[in-house]
Amino acid sequence: MSSFNAIGADRDVERDEYTPAIEPQATWCPGCGDFGVLKALKGAMAELGRDPEEILLVTGIGCSGKLSSYFESYGLHTIHGRALPIARATKLTNPGLEVVAAGGDGDGYGIGGNHFLHTARENHDMAYIVFNNEIFGLTKGQTSPTSPKGHESKIQPHGSAKSPIRPLSTAVTAGATYVARTAAVNPNQAQEILVEAIEHDGFAHIDFLTQCPTWNKDAKQYVPYIDVQQDDDYEFDTADRREAEEMMQRTERSLYEGEVLTGRFYHETDRPSYGEEKREAGEMPDEPLAEQYHDDDHEWERSYDLLDAHK
Amino acid sequence: MDEELVWRIAGGSGDGIDSTSQNFAKALMRSGLDVFTHRHYPSRIRGGHTYVEVRAAPEPVRSRGDGYNFLLALGDSFARNPQEEAYYGTEEVKPLSENLDDLREGGVIVYDEGLIDVDDVPDFEARVEANDWHVYPLDLRGMAREMGREVMRNTAGVGATGALLEYDLGHIEDLMADTMDGEVLATNREILESASERVEAMEFTHDLRMPEGSHDAEQVLLSGSNAISYGALDAGCRFIAGYPMTPWTEVFTLMTQHLPEVGGISEQVEDEIAAASLALGASHAGAKAMSGSSGGGFALMSEPLGLAEITETPVVLVEAMRAGPSTGMPTKPEQADLEHVLYTSQGDSNRVVLAPGDVEEAYEQTRTAFELAYDYQLPAILLYDQKLSGELRNVEEAFFDREPSPDLGATLDEDQLAEAAHHASGKFQRFQHDPDNDRGVSPRSIPGQAGGRFLATGNEHTPEGHISESPTNRVAQVNRRVRKLEAIREELDARETTHQTAHAPVEDAEYGIVTFGSQQGTVEEAVDRLAADGHGVKSLCVSELKPFAAAEVTRFLESVDEALVVEMNASAQFRGLIQRELGRFGDRLHSLLKYNGNPFEPAEVTEGYETIVDGAEPAPTTRFVPAAGD
Repeated sequence: MSSFNAIGADRDVERDEYTPAIEPQATWCPGCGDFGVLKALKGAMAELGRDPEEILLVTGIGCSGKLSSYFESYGLHTIHGRALPIARATKLTNPGLEVVAAGGDGDGYGIGGNHFLHTARENHDMAYIVFNNEIFGLTKGQTSPTSPKGHESKIQPHGSAKSPIRPLSTAVTAGATYVARTAAVNPNQAQEILVEAIEHDGFAHIDFLTQCPTWNKDAKQYVPYIDVQQDDDYEFDTADRREAEEMMQRTERSLYEGEVLTGRFYHETDRPSYGEEKREAGEMPDEPLAEQYHDDDHEWERSYDLLDAHK
Repeated sequence: MDEELVWRIAGGSGDGIDSTSQNFAKALMRSGLDVFTHRHYPSRIRGGHTYVEVRAAPEPVRSRGDGYNFLLALGDSFARNPQEEAYYGTEEVKPLSENLDDLREGGVIVYDEGLIDVDDVPDFEARVEANDWHVYPLDLRGMAREMGREVMRNTAGVGATGALLEYDLGHIEDLMADTMDGEVLATNREILESASERVEAMEFTHDLRMPEGSHDAEQVLLSGSNAISYGALDAGCRFIAGYPMTPWTEVFTLMTQHLPEVGGISEQVEDEIAAASLALGASHAGAKAMSGSSGGGFALMSEPLGLAEITETPVVLVEAMRAGPSTGMPTKPEQADLEHVLYTSQGDSNRVVLAPGDVEEAYEQTRTAFELAYDYQLPAILLYDQKLSGELRNVEEAFFDREPSPDLGATLDEDQLAEAAHHASGKFQRFQHDPDNDRGVSPRSIPGQAGGRFLATGNEHTPEGHISESPTNRVAQVNRRVRKLEAIREELDARETTHQTAHAPVEDAEYGIVTFGSQQGTVEEAVDRLAADGHGVKSLCVSELKPFAAAEVTRFLESVDEALVVEMNASAQFRGLIQRELGRFGDRLHSLLKYNGNPFEPAEVTEGYETIVDGAEPAPTTRFVPAAGD
């Protein structure tokens, strides 16, 4: 018998259940794209019937990190850039948890870039939402890893000389098995993509375009947008890595040319998740680690029985 | 000690010095002696000069000795690589030439004349004569080549050692049979016997013989790293994450070897920030978890460490100190990370720091670290060093005959959660500041439990975990977290046993020696020698560094006129901690510091003591800093 009865409850959940009756007002600015992520996540979790108490939402620092304050579930609001390594361990310890990690473009592609590469490489089973608004919001408008070249801010008064990072290409190169881009201004697509990402057995990376009306001064930053799956001009196979990579390169470039391309870019279904690989290698316990501590029948080995090598 | 062997085996890194010395130490333990090893090796894989000392006596040995009395110099087989255009000079003879300074008068030398030409050793003949050394050249490499393979020359060296000391080689043969079989075993046996026979045919001029002893109970030979790993396993630790770094890698490796077999998980990750973060995540999700590193890697753990403090997530971190700053001297011990470990990470630090003094304490205090971390929901750090990490010592097997303690500490199950206090929104009040709760601990739920959802955040937060900057809430939460450390202090003070180790061979001693961590055994041996010479001196080795063992240290310092604080760093960090914690005794505390990469020898401590008492010169490798009042 499990000691974690919220897990696998498999019940009808109203989306209201994900709204905490505790913080009356989000700290996000009016018109902020972050509201779009929150809505899409609530919609996706309701669609999947996930109990709020089987979800662990692990967030980083920044406006995006507040997501766990406004979404009702187990929440873990961590440190800047480190949501992914923390999330990885929670999933390995209790694989039944629905682990979702989230953070901003500075958090995930800048300070946490190393963890992003390695979490993708190892293909940990979780959805990772990156709120991409091309700017540092909470620290008041500095240039971020996804800001366009030439971006001016108080710290880049002459315009940034740096080209922006390519988040989709980086994810697929590192080893992510589901890579998509969606936008807060397209709530239906966003919810669909989150559902797919959460259901995906492996590392699902969603670059979520969240307009910043305060620092980019543009609430319509990502309007109009094109869904590459809906438009005949963009024929490519999301299961073909080479075609996907080409499409990602084009998508990343065109964003800075005023063309907002969104949709699914890569979806690999046959690669086992890290947890499965580790289990296959005999390095994961049969009984989830978190359950062992509550199982009265679990046998705890003693070091006393391991001493032969020392005699 | 009246009757002891201090056997030094010296050669190149990668020549099997470590495993040969381990087997030799184990054989001596099996034959009834108490043993202790001291490793000295360079930071490289192949080549370079390395040695291990095995000290053996009929009575307990707690420290390296002063110098040594038997040298087996194997010659560095990796010293010359014809493919490289590098300058090696006389590297090949260094296992002999560089070890002579510490060899005691009347000592024995066996060297491999197949590799070492004594003509390359400056003044060898003259020094041998002046020091009354007894030299037995043997072509160990030739013997090994002739009968088997060159690597077996270590076996030949051990055979020669045994014969010269009139030691029963049966113990060595038994050990070989435990780890080898077939032709390899047969060849090694042959080499062992042949070396022994060749030596027996020689004329012995030395007096040194193997001491004889016996044990009443079964013994096991363990390093500090073994003991930490076993302590963690018995505490129910089933998750470790890490990144390799000398010398912490030893604990990481041992845990990784054991964990999958007992249902646990080990993760080697991209860096130490991730390593500590994973340990935190695993603990948050309901496992007993640890991580660790040495100084440089531990520096990267500062942020997750602070997150564990404010989210009140239990976690155990181990820090294996080596000489710093920066890369420093990777394979050399030092105790200069004390302040780093006590204070690193922003904000008021809220953690336990324990520094075990020997192998048994390493096991014991690892268990205590887990117990306190999980009972009080905070990080507990075990601070040790390269010395304790690798030194082997025999311990009674029965010491480990105890029950595991997988209890998660202050954690609620779903039935208890149903009864527990919740916010009107349905959120569990994970961080309650209840004025009637005198320990400050607010029990936690685990994600996945029905009725337990809450937010954990690195921001200051309300009882249900939501971000808050309310001054009243802030003060209540800080006070509660601070209260936990006070409660730990009270709990430790109320225990019948203490983690501090006092050693007082004479009554009413007027002088004291205070130290922490791995210098314990060396200081105790120094105290024994001083007491035997009629000095009124005693020692205290402190393990509870945070919360500090204030009452015990105060009692000790009040009972003496003056005290010498012995530590392996240049800035007297431990002496500073005592003064900071106690706010007095500055005019009684002298420092004896050593930071040349080698641990203290007992004689250096006795010389340091004589410096305070009669103004003698301190040893050339140490620095004496007088008390503030002097």
